[in-house]
Formats: sequence, C-alpha cells, structure tokens
Amino acid sequence: MQRIGVFVCHCGTNIAATVDVKAVAEALSHEPGVVISQDYQYMCSESGQDLVKNAIKEHKLTGVVVCSCSPRMHENTFRKAAASVGLNPYLVEIANIREQCSWIHKDIASATDKAVILGKAAVAKVHLNAPLTAGESPVVKRALVIGGGIAGIQTALDIAEAGFDVDIVEKEPTIGGKMAQIDKTFPTLDCAACILTPKMVEAAQNEHITIHSFSEVSDVKGFVGNFTVTIKKKARYVDETKCTGCGLCTEKCPMKKVPNEFNMGLDNRTAVYIPFAQAVPKVATIDPNYCMMLKNGKCGICSKVCSVGAIDYKQTDRFIEQKYGAIVVATGFNPIKPDKYNEFAYSICPDVVTSLELERLMNAAGPNGGTLLRPSDKTHPHTIVFVQCVGSRCDDEKGKPYCSKICCMYTAKHAMLIREKYPDTEVYVFYIDVRTPGKNFDEFYRRAVEQYGVHYIKGMVGKVMPRSDGKIDVQASDLLSNEQLHINADMVVLATAIEPDKTARPLATMLTTQMDTNDFFTEAHPKLRPVESATAGIILSGACQGPKDIPETVAQASAAAAKAIGLLVKNSITCNPCVAHSDELMCNGCSSCEKVCPYGAITYQDKEFRMPDRTTAVRRVASVNPAVCQGCGACTVACPSGAMDLNGFSNSQIMAEVDAICK
Amino acid sequence: MNKFDLEWINLTSGVNVRKCMRCGKCSATCPSYDEMEYHPHQFVYMVEKGNIEPLLGSDSLYKCLTCFACVERCPRGVEPAKVVEAVRLAAVRKQGGNHLTPDQIPAMLDDDLPQQAIVTAFRKYTK
Ligand SMILES: Cc1cc2nc3c(=O)[nH]c(=O)nc-3n(C[C@H](O)[C@H](O)[C@H](O)COP(=O)(O)OP(=O)(O)OC[C@H]3O[C@@H](n4cnc5c(N)ncnc54)[C@H](O)[C@@H]3O)c2cc1C
Ligand code: SF4
Ligand code: SF4
Ligand code: SF4
Ligand code: SF4
Repeated sequence: MQRIGVFVCHCGTNIAATVDVKAVAEALSHEPGVVISQDYQYMCSESGQDLVKNAIKEHKLTGVVVCSCSPRMHENTFRKAAASVGLNPYLVEIANIREQCSWIHKDIASATDKAVILGKAAVAKVHLNAPLTAGESPVVKRALVIGGGIAGIQTALDIAEAGFDVDIVEKEPTIGGKMAQIDKTFPTLDCAACILTPKMVEAAQNEHITIHSFSEVSDVKGFVGNFTVTIKKKARYVDETKCTGCGLCTEKCPMKKVPNEFNMGLDNRTAVYIPFAQAVPKVATIDPNYCMMLKNGKCGICSKVCSVGAIDYKQTDRFIEQKYGAIVVATGFNPIKPDKYNEFAYSICPDVVTSLELERLMNAAGPNGGTLLRPSDKTHPHTIVFVQCVGSRCDDEKGKPYCSKICCMYTAKHAMLIREKYPDTEVYVFYIDVRTPGKNFDEFYRRAVEQYGVHYIKGMVGKVMPRSDGKIDVQASDLLSNEQLHINADMVVLATAIEPDKTARPLATMLTTQMDTNDFFTEAHPKLRPVESATAGIILSGACQGPKDIPETVAQASAAAAKAIGLLVKNSITCNPCVAHSDELMCNGCSSCEKVCPYGAITYQDKEFRMPDRTTAVRRVASVNPAVCQGCGACTVACPSGAMDLNGFSNSQIMAEVDAICK
Repeated sequence: MNKFDLEWINLTSGVNVRKCMRCGKCSATCPSYDEMEYHPHQFVYMVEKGNIEPLLGSDSLYKCLTCFACVERCPRGVEPAKVVEAVRLAAVRKQGGNHLTPDQIPAMLDDDLPQQAIVTAFRKYTK
C-alpha cells in the first residue's frame, strides 16, 4: 500500500493569491494513498524542505507530491531533500501550479479547481513511480573548439591554462577569424593585429593546444563527457610537418590571378599561398581550383623551389577520430553580401564597398599598403558616404530582422580614422539610430562628431547612382531638416548586416543543438545560461551565438572555457536514469524508433526467442544505449507496437495522469 | 478627421503604419520628393498619429507617381505608396467623384511628362 505525502506551496503570493492553497491541500488529502497533505509558505526554503523530510520519516512515505513551481525550477531541490532521508529521489513528483496555473489565471475558484486536478494527476502518477538509480559515465579530459577566431582562440587558451588538452578545428588555412582582417579596433583604436597575433602565437606554442587548420568536423557521436568526433583534414597539398613558411613557393608560383579572400577579393594572390604574414600555422596551402599542376599536370614549380620538399600534389583528405568531454562552438559570423539591394549599386560600382572591404583598404597589409584609394581608379577619395543598417533591421526576405550591433561603432571608427588621416575628406554617415551601448562607446561616437567633424545625418540613403564622370550621386533623406539630399561622393561604404557562418547549420544538426530562425546558436537560457546550449556538453562562444564585438566575444569565450573546465575536472558525470527501453516481446523490429531518435541511441539486435509452441525463433529487436539516450521520448511516441517505454514517464504513468485529469 | 475615416484609410491601404521605424528610406528614394509638401514618410507618420486633415487638403496626394519605389525599398515592408493611395481615395471620394474624363487628358499633356505619370494620372482621376 502506497503512503503518499502532498505538500502545497504558497510561493508567497505567487500561488496563494490566485489559488486557495488550503482548499487544494484539503482536497488532495482524500486521494487514494495520501496519508498527509499540508500547505506551507515557501516549500523550497530550508524549513519547507524540513517539513517534507520530517513527514517522509514520520509517516514512512513511499511517494511525495509537491504542488509548486515548474519542475525546471525546484524538482532537483525536492529530489535531493527526499534522498537525504532515504527516499529514492525519483519517487518525488512536482505538480506545476504556478507557471501552469496561478500565473496564467485570474479567477480564484477556477484556478483552485485546476490546481486540485493537477495535484490529483501527480498523485496518480506517483502510485506508479518506481525507484530509479542514476548511472555514472566517465569524462574524457579533452575539449574540442570548433572555429579559430578570437572567440575560439580565447576559449582554447583558457582551457589550456587550466591544464586540459584542447584541439582547435579551423576551416581556413589559418586561425584568427575576422579580427585578423580588421585594421584598428574601437573603442581604443589599437591595431587589431598587434593584440591578436600574440594570442595566435600563444595558442600555437601552448603544449596543451593542437590546431587543426584547414579542417572541418565531419561527424559527431556520443554525449556529454564522451563525444567521438571525426575531423576532416582537407588536402592542402603541402606537408604541414615539413613546411617552414618561408614563402618561396608563393613568390615563384606563376598563377598570380587568384582573388585574395583575405583582402576581400580586392587584390590577387597566387595559387599556392599563405593568407597573411602572421598566419598561424604559417604553412602554405595550394588552391586546387587554380593550381595548374593539380588541374592539368603542368607546372610543378613550387615543388622545385621548396628546399624542404614539403609540396605534395598527391595529398588527399585525411580523417582523424578523437574523443572529447566537451565541445565549444565558436564558428563566428560573416557580413552579408549586399548585392540584393540594387539601390546601393554594390554590384555595378567598384567604389561602393562594404565595411570589411574598407578595413582591408585602410590596412597597411591591404591591397594599397594602407593608403585609402578608390578601387576603381586608385585616386584619393574626397567625399565618403557611410550607410548604416544595410540589410539589418529589415522586415523583408533580402535582409535580417535583427540589429547587427557592431556596425554603429565600427562606422564611427572608420569615419574617425579617415578624418584623422585625411582631414581634407568630408565624411557623411546616414543613420536610423546610433546605437552605442557599451563602456566608453557613446563617448567614442560623440568624438567622431564633435572632435572630428563627421557629418551624422538622421535618415537613410535611397539611391546610389554611379555617374559617367566617376563620381557617385547619393540620394538620401535628411529627416531632421525635412530635405532630400544629393551628395556628390567618391566612395560609398555599406555597413552590412552580419550573419552566422553558413556551415553553422549543418554543424548544429551534427551536434543535435538548436539554432534560432536566423541560424544563431540558441543558448540554454537567455539570461541565466547564456553560454551553454541546451544540449549537455555543447558550449557556445562568440558571434556564433549572436552579434558581438570583440570585448563581448572575449568575455563570452572565457565564460565558455569556464563551463568546459567545470565539466572536464569531473571524473564522471551522473547520467539521467529516465531513459527509454524496449519491451523485446512487443518489439517487431520495424526501425520506426531508430529513425526518430535524435541522439542515435537505438540499435537492433537479432535475438533468439522461445515461441508459444516451444520452437525458437530469431527476431530483430530494438535496444537502447542508456548512456546515449537523453530521455526525450520521441521513440515511445513513434513505436507502433507500444514496445518503447521511458523510465519515469512510462506510458502507463502518463495514462494514469490523463485519467486523473479527465475523471 | 474622424476615427471612422482613419480606420477606413488603414483598412483600404492594408498597411500597418506602426511597422515604420522612421528611417526615411522611402523619402530618400522618392522621385517626386521636391514636388511634395508632405513626403512619403510623413504620410505614414501622420496617418499613424491620426493627423490626416492636412494630407487630405494637400497637393502632395497628386504628386505621387505611384512608381512604388518606396514600397520596393522600405526595409520594414510598410508600403508607403499604398498609404498615399488610400488617403487620395478618401479625398477623391469626399469630393464626390472624378474631376476628369479620359478625353480631357490629351490636351493637358506636355512633352516632359513621363509615361508613368500619364498612366498614374489615369489611375488617380478616373475610376
Ligand atoms: C567591418 C568590421 C569591423 C569590426 N570592427 C571591430 C572593432 O573595431 N572592435 C570590435 O570590438 N569588434 C569589431 N568587429 C567585430 C569582430 O570582428 C567580432 O566581434 C569578432 O570577430 C568575433 O569573433 P568570433 O571568433 O566569434 O568570430 P570570427 O571572427 O568570425 O571567427 C570564427 C572562426 O571560425 C571559423 N569557422 C567558421 N565555421 C567553421 C566550421 N564549421 N568549422 C571550423 N571553423 C569554422 C572561421 O573560419 C573563423 O576563423 C568588427 C566587425 C566587422 C565586420
Ligand atoms: S611549401 Fe616549401 S617553399 Fe612553400 S612556404 Fe612551405 S617551406 Fe617554403
Ligand atoms: S548597430 Fe547600428 S548600424 Fe548596425 S544594424 Fe544596429 S543600428 Fe544599424
Ligand atoms: S522606408 Fe518604411 S520604415 Fe522607413 S520611414 Fe519610410 S515607411 Fe517608415
Ligand atoms: S510611389 Fe509615390 S511616394 Fe512612393 S516613391 Fe513613388 S512617387 Fe514617391
């Protein structure tokens, strides 16, 4: 015979103002098996928990129902309290009478009725609860960081600092990300390379860090503490272990007309290339789309000039497998291409550039050696128009609905740097709003206006028209003076929206983690768990989670490292015992469950069964790996024969709840 | 302008004027800007505020070319030209019908008038 205790919480006035808690306790006291039913002001407080503990001891309870807030909030609290006095924690049920009742109803009578019904359902379920024991699984003490931008580098450095091994997988030939392409950084205007490259070198030299550049994650299996990841090391046709980065091959390569992606296609590189002087690792890579040797077997110059014999035209993609305890995603962002906005003439006028292109045009290692010249005729521009919010804050299919967050600040930076270096250049910035929340940010923007005389105009550019004389007519609104302006510009700079890297979505699928509709990775809780994903062991770092500037990226990167370290220091982690299992006598081996399992926890075995007529038959039946199963319950719904069942949420338990509600 | 007329304008335009973020791109793009007393973004804002009387009496109603450049470029999908059109319809209906018949038009044409303006004039003055 069950002996069940019911505990109804007031939650101050959160519940008690809308639900007659005493009436709920009274009503539930008449339910079958209930031996004690009490209410209390704050059940989660220490004295509230003591009430539950004492009742368990005194009344020798076999089950507990707490009518309170969501189980997400305090289920663990009450499970722990029960366990401390010897009751199996899985014999505790929560009836959510706050989020699902008092907070969403106004009428006391009907809210009280509903609370009673929810309580009855929980009592009905507890009758069928069985004690469960959570298993343990070991933690592999190694972390994987996907993406080697400033986010990935900082996370890796912090994890390594704590003494754990960490691998960075970077899809490009070098780490560094977008920060390596930026010239100077707001709000202090220090040079990006001067603060980034020491960190890149530190990562390369750290004994705990392994960098897999020009590599991608191609498969992920397993679960928190024990992921198995396949890394594809793309063929770079250069032996990384031999190449010294001398650069001789890149000087001698005759194929010199390859658009240089590091300089945003504003100049050319050779088919064998090192992206930039401070690349890490400083190793050459051959671009198979342009290398004449790889395309038609003619050339081979680089292999002749390389003194260490590092060139290897026969290299193929390699796959390595490695185990990790935690995975940090740091895949960053890219600016969108503004070519869908015909009104800005980006596709037809070389002097209309994006902000990232401008960074390269102003950079000493850029196509013009740091002198700002118009891409079309290499003359010095005297009037420059900046357009903010290009493709951001858009409610159309061409753009993004969100504010890209960094462009107000970098536009102020660009405007200021240009005015500083070329005082004879007039700079106009068209803005909808100037958004500068951040330490010393608004002061920075005001300096652009007050000290550097940048013309900030409230309004948007409507049309950009390249003229035959090489000038650009910019037609725009000045909303404050209620005028339509025409500015005779030499260059137009578009502060384009940023979006997550295109590889992020397939990666999210591999990691069984969630993304929002814009393909930014979703955090487990927008306020309280901003660096973890909802999938245990998958942690988020940098702009892959949402638009961020460098200070914010680095802060999140270190937070992500802290989460990874918190996992790696454990020798083992407690598993969730609420996992699925199949009733082999009912399973017909149809594979429905395997198809829906998002974690790949289900496999099939051929087993011998004794049939009713005493013969034996071999049947294919499902079996669940309890270490991989996350207890989502998808299989139990999909199984046509009702063979799949979930511990703690069995079909009979759910039906008992439904019956209690419908009674 | 009474509440009924405001609702009528919002209904006939089919535009949710509250979506406007006041960027001014519609007015930045408008080829008739200099001809207009009230500009496309002002139509949107004034209808939102219910300040329609000045619009009904303004020439601006007939300066819009219905080129739809503002509709094409508005980042928020507000469709300002439809607001202009709805106010125009409200004005025309109040005045009790059409002011022109098609046979009056050829005499009023001049060579500088773009084709588009002629087509749009038909839309405005007939029906
Ligand atoms: C024009 C411009 C100017 C800026 N100026 C400033 C400034 O002055 N100050 C400031 O604070 N911020 C500035 N920023 C913002 C700054 O660039 C970002 O905050 C920062 O780069 C974010 O770092 P991240 O590592 O998250 O992303 P990223 O820099 O994008 O790095 C991501 C890395 O991951 C790699 N990657 C992506 N997908 C995969 C994959 N599937 N597998 C393996 N690797 C992958 C990428 O190749 C890249 O190396 C500017 C941005 C722009 C566009
Ligand atoms: S491949 Fe050879 S020549 Fe080219 S950078 Fe490396 S060591 Fe130098
Ligand atoms: S940061 Fe500024 S420029 Fe960028 S989208 Fe937001 S408001 Fe527009
Ligand atoms: S373009 Fe659209 S959002 Fe911008 S002011 Fe005009 S109506 Fe408003
Ligand atoms: S439709 Fe009318 S208001 Fe809109 S841009 Fe054209 S002329 Fe201007």
